[in-house]
Amino acid sequence: MSETSSHTKLYTIIFISLIVLTALTVWVSTVHLGGFGNLCIGLAIAITKASLVALFFMHLKYDGKFDHYFYVAALFPIVLFFILVGAPLTDLAWMTMP
Amino acid sequence: MADTAHAHHDAAAINRAKLGMWLFLGSEVMFFSGFIAAYIVLRNATPEGDKNPFNIPNRHLSVPLATVNTLALILSSFTMAMAVAASQRGDKQNTSKFLMFTIGLGCLFLGIKFFEYGTKFAHHTYPSTNIFYGCYFVLTGFHGLHVLLGILALFILLVGNERGVLVELHEGGGTRSSHATATECTGLYWHLVDVVWIFLFPMLYLL
Repeated sequence: MSETSSHTKLYTIIFISLIVLTALTVWVSTVHLGGFGNLCIGLAIAITKASLVALFFMHLKYDGKFDHYFYVAALFPIVLFFILVGAPLTDLAWMTMP
Repeated sequence: MADTAHAHHDAAAINRAKLGMWLFLGSEVMFFSGFIAAYIVLRNATPEGDKNPFNIPNRHLSVPLATVNTLALILSSFTMAMAVAASQRGDKQNTSKFLMFTIGLGCLFLGIKFFEYGTKFAHHTYPSTNIFYGCYFVLTGFHGLHVLLGILALFILLVGNERGVLVELHEGGGTRSSHATATECTGLYWHLVDVVWIFLFPMLYLL
């Protein structure tokens, strides 16, 4: 039964972290750091939130099976995909916007 | 309680189900990645200027509403995780309770989405209006469809739980029931829907 209450406590902590990160991302978007700066921070916060959901709510941290390392590794082709799609785009005017 | 061999058999069955669901989630990630990559290309291809439909003032989207939606989905992920934990310890009442909360929050998300779409249509803004709205409606539309299907799956789980599927199998002596496995796998799907929105929210509303 202590396993249950520690689950609740852990989930609550993760939930509050996600709420805080959401508030942070909304607030940061109102601070103009230039297109590229806002993009980097927004992306970093989104990746952090997604990781929290995946590791704790989806139990990736606890499953520990070899298979799951493949699921994480599967993210690399997706990142590569986005880089390959974005690389030829030289007109990055919106990124340099104030 | 159950002997080791039986537990191992159960563990293998659960791993198969979770493996299947994770592979499906992988295909869902590819599905949304395609649209997101298209958004990146289209945004960079649109010439700069005041009339650029990707400029934030030209989007006419409600950040407060979308923030409420984001918070609703995050809370629903929390209640979903609690539902999975409850189903794994054979707690029928709490499983139903948390499943109902998750369904309710999912419906809240869809309700706000319908309201958003409604105001857009009332202002004669359709997917065909400009390229940003094309992307916006396709991305949020497919995401909303995923939420709807998730709600359906959760409802089926809720009915199954209420009918005693969970309790019966647990009292039968098994360490895990197939209903708990189904709940866990549906939970994985629901969390993915949340993760997709975690990326769509800043992409469409904030950046």
